Amino acid sequence: MRQTVVAVILFALALAGCSQSGKVSERTLANGLRVIVKEDHRSPVVVSELWYKVGSMDEPEGLTGMSHVLEHMMFKGTARLKPNEFSRIIAENGGRENAFTHYDYTGYYQMLEKSRLAVSFENEADRMRNLVLDPEEFGREIKVVMEERRLRTEDQPDSLLYEKFMNTAYRVHPYRNPIIGWMRDLEIMKASDLRAWYDRWYTPNNAILVVVGDVQPREVFTLAEKYYGPIKAREVKPVQAPAEPKQDGERRVRVAAPAEVPSLILGYHVPVLAPGKSAVEWEPYALDVLTGVLDGGDSARFKRELVRDARVAADADASYSAVGRAPGMLYIEGTPARGRDVKELESALRAQVKRLRDEPVSAEELARVKAQVAARNVFQRDSYYYQARLLGTLAVTGLDVRLLDQYVERVNAVTAEQVQAVARQYLTDANLTVGVLDPLPVSGRKPRIKQGGSDHGR
Amino acid sequence: MVARVLLAAVLAAWAALAQAGPKIQHWTLDNGARVYFVETHELPLVQVRAIFDAGSARDSGNQYGVAALTSMMLNEGAGKLNADAIAAGFENVGAEFGAAADRDWATVDLRSLSDRKLLDAALDIYATLLTRPTFPAQNLERERAGVMVSLQRDEQSPGAINEKTFMRELYGEHPYARHPLGDMASVKHITRDELASFHKRHYVGANTWFVIVGDLTGREARRIAQATVGQLSKGEVLGALPAPKPLEAAKVRAIPFPATQSHIRLGAVGMARGDPDYFPLYVGNYILGGGGLVSRLSEAVRERNGYAYSVYSYFWPMQAPGPFLVGLQTKNESRTPALKLVRSVVERFVAEGPTAEELEAAKKHLTGGFALKLDSNRKIADYLAVIAFYGLPLTYLDEFIGRIEAVTGEQIRDAFRRRVHPDKMLTVVVGGGR
Repeated sequence: MRQTVVAVILFALALAGCSQSGKVSERTLANGLRVIVKEDHRSPVVVSELWYKVGSMDEPEGLTGMSHVLEHMMFKGTARLKPNEFSRIIAENGGRENAFTHYDYTGYYQMLEKSRLAVSFENEADRMRNLVLDPEEFGREIKVVMEERRLRTEDQPDSLLYEKFMNTAYRVHPYRNPIIGWMRDLEIMKASDLRAWYDRWYTPNNAILVVVGDVQPREVFTLAEKYYGPIKAREVKPVQAPAEPKQDGERRVRVAAPAEVPSLILGYHVPVLAPGKSAVEWEPYALDVLTGVLDGGDSARFKRELVRDARVAADADASYSAVGRAPGMLYIEGTPARGRDVKELESALRAQVKRLRDEPVSAEELARVKAQVAARNVFQRDSYYYQARLLGTLAVTGLDVRLLDQYVERVNAVTAEQVQAVARQYLTDANLTVGVLDPLPVSGRKPRIKQGGSDHGR
Repeated sequence: MVARVLLAAVLAAWAALAQAGPKIQHWTLDNGARVYFVETHELPLVQVRAIFDAGSARDSGNQYGVAALTSMMLNEGAGKLNADAIAAGFENVGAEFGAAADRDWATVDLRSLSDRKLLDAALDIYATLLTRPTFPAQNLERERAGVMVSLQRDEQSPGAINEKTFMRELYGEHPYARHPLGDMASVKHITRDELASFHKRHYVGANTWFVIVGDLTGREARRIAQATVGQLSKGEVLGALPAPKPLEAAKVRAIPFPATQSHIRLGAVGMARGDPDYFPLYVGNYILGGGGLVSRLSEAVRERNGYAYSVYSYFWPMQAPGPFLVGLQTKNESRTPALKLVRSVVERFVAEGPTAEELEAAKKHLTGGFALKLDSNRKIADYLAVIAFYGLPLTYLDEFIGRIEAVTGEQIRDAFRRRVHPDKMLTVVVGGGR
């Protein structure tokens, strides 16, 4: 019975996988701007995203958060546009827009009815070169960013835990600093710091333009040439971020914050897809499958065994991203079930990890994860925005954008032995960092602790 | 000049014509369930959503949380299947299942590849748990404990505390006052039998709307509707929800919380779906605080003063009139001036209405972005669900642009003056001491 079901699924998925994802075309302008276009003619819309290869991992200590503050300032006026006018123009064209800053990159996007793509290009190209960075505007906007930090981090116990966790798991590599920056760095930051940061990174040869929509690539290239083409390239000196040395022993960190519910985070340093090696490497795909075995839905091990059977976790998640400019982490996060404590939860989670090292995953689990990956590959094509986001992430990391379509195939090739091999190689105690949130009573207490961090849009 | 105006009119008419909504096929099953289907073949996927008038507003007596737990327990056991078999049954074919209950409705979602073998396998389980959930007592204990952890977690979030307090204080005895999950005391006593009888009464044809979007023919969609929600018993239509009483005077609630920011919400009872003032209020609110970073509130609070990262206003139209509210978070030290500023922006907007430029910009945004509202199966399904459940005309999306274009500044001013009374608002502040 099971065999038959699995065979049917794999056959059906093979067919679904064949359903043509939109065509991806690419061209690099003379000034170095890389333009990637994916046709998707379902609706008369277009999403345009401009990605800069600069993120919080490029920032020096003492000025953390600069990439993100600059992202905010990109809306505050150019030689041609008044503060916030960019947003008004997009709004009046029926568009939606925002931006995002990550450890690895900074990006700006507009979603529009397809005939208005030029509006996006004209204004996005303008602020690539002509940003004003007025000190008074900066003085107001830095306050907004501090409010954002308070909202997302300072007053969120789980975010505080994550921030402190990252700061412990990474000793040397700048992933140890939060994307939004430390509050003390935001307090001393000046408009002139941002000016230098902008001049250093915001140039066409350090950017990638991704367009997904009901468009013809040739017309997009022509339009890109018209608006972005005249911007001159400037030399970019990349930062060589120090590599994180191999971890040689378990690390622990506790955060005490006003909270009601304890929580726990475990993280192991793991590799990511490396540019230029996509044909031979398999470890990131095996790690992705491993993550799905633990937490790929309600039938995966965490929900089935820890939440439903043992009732030791109220919830438990595993996450891993195979894409990054530097080696990342496989995270396991959990909240104890009512009446259970973090210690019990930690042992249960570690026992799960040990089992991955000790025995191969079952054929059934493997088939289920592969079915999910294949189906998700179709589901995600339902969103224009998400398709652009995936393409941009691959491109800015230096990976082949064809991976988007090859991903299912690569995951399909993963074996149970490979999953066990990556568990043995990376999910070891010596490579583990554990973070625990200790709740302080919420009532009758004053704040407290400074730390925080997360990814964000303007 | 004349030529330009004429051209603009022609273009607008063309745009309205070109931007009709999707073609909706609609029929009613023998048991009363109403089906809404949009056929799309670009992607090999199918999305279905069953909607029941079975949200927390239908919790009776003091059984707060029954609707939510009923929804959560659907995939804990059904027919001969236990929770493991249900989860594996969906996920082995790559399908995604979800069930949720809000105040107005309970929704049960399935997304699957459209390959018939995969789809049928997923729909088979879907139908079983809609029609024959078993609500195993053991699993209820676990889900109950899970709800308690969620409720406890809300207590560490100033935003969640604010939201709950706001709805409680604004709605008083009305069912919308209660949080869908219930509270610690009510959740403790819910029994398995209460869930089973809630399901029996509410998950019935007369109380069901069913949305299908995706890679199917009309004939297949009919078969699927019949094989899933078509199997529900007929049941009875529920009575209308009571009307909430608007506040008669301003009311302020301040709740101390150890945080660096204060979370502020102010508002009042707003409007229901299908309200005759819907379009003037909708366009007006876009200008006041709905238009992201270009609204009056955002301009004043964020762009000019740096008081907040996020400030917004919205109407939440529901079966019975839902709230109108304004929200922001600011560091404790800025609380007083920020609140004063927000009040003055709202008061002025209610008194004066929008400027001609603001109205024009709002219309351009709301009509020019129409295509973006419907550019995925998921968004189409979301709109269908609202049209279906709230009984909006099938032509709602086709007429949307015209309705927006027809709104005048005077209509907005008039509607806001009649519907929003700044001197009778509830204000809730959750945050640190000064």
